[in-house]
Amino acid sequence: MVQYCQTRFDVSFGALADATRRGVLEQLGRADASITALAEKFHMTLTGMKKHVGVLEQAGLVTTEKVGRVRTCKLGLRGLQEEAAWIERYRQLWGARFDELDKVVEELKLKEKVDGRKKRK
Amino acid sequence: MDERKESEATPMKNRTAVERKSERELVVTRTVNAPMRLVFEAWTKAELFKRWWVPKSCCLTLLSCEMDVRVGGRYRLVFSHQGSTMEFFGTYREVTPHSRLIWTNEEGDNGETVTTVTFDENAGKTLLVVHDLYPSKEALDAAVASGSTGGMPETLDQLDELLVSLGSSSATK
Repeated sequence: MVQYCQTRFDVSFGALADATRRGVLEQLGRADASITALAEKFHMTLTGMKKHVGVLEQAGLVTTEKVGRVRTCKLGLRGLQEEAAWIERYRQLWGARFDELDKVVEELKLKEKVDGRKKRK
Repeated sequence: MDERKESEATPMKNRTAVERKSERELVVTRTVNAPMRLVFEAWTKAELFKRWWVPKSCCLTLLSCEMDVRVGGRYRLVFSHQGSTMEFFGTYREVTPHSRLIWTNEEGDNGETVTTVTFDENAGKTLLVVHDLYPSKEALDAAVASGSTGGMPETLDQLDELLVSLGSSSATK
């Protein structure tokens, strides 16, 4: 589990560490595009763009489909189901965060109570 | 004043809700069982903030947390993972003690995300609303797309385990 997490992290982190690839994701968020169109948009060679798309594909961020001679790229995970899953995970992140916040705040409450008692004495 | 038992203060965890309000907005809400001045303190003092902002997990360590909480002041959080470091940084736009905090998130390439946190006290409890306004629909979509395979897997993948262990430990009490 730990290794799985880290491997996935490294792949995703690596994929997102590049400004062009983040730009490609943003572009694909607007509309699907062919590798040729992406290469033009980002002023790159076809080979260069193929490499970037390959990295994104490996990370599961993008899927590609070849129809005839054109390879079309789209965001790998899209649609309501994925969004709902992401929202749920995001909720869990915040849930865990807030549970820790509760502990901190309980300490502050306790401290205030103790200080208040001292003052009254 | 009568002495109340501490156990009364935290009978159970409050529910966290997340909603995508619009193409560019994400809203998180949660009630905390404490007055807003204490909750606000936990959000604005670095030594407190860093204790809860990063849920405990194997994958990510908070290396440093600098927060200059005043209008125009900056914050910078540095995380490490397996030799890589990540930074989150931005500027406080509004600091209204105990009720409102606004900051920008400037590490993205696609413009700033603006986070507004409001603290609303009622009967000794504080309703927290964390509102993220992304620079564009595409920016939020990209966050969702990358997040679902692991934009923040360092915390999220571990979270399931953490929550299970928290759940089981509280169940055995």
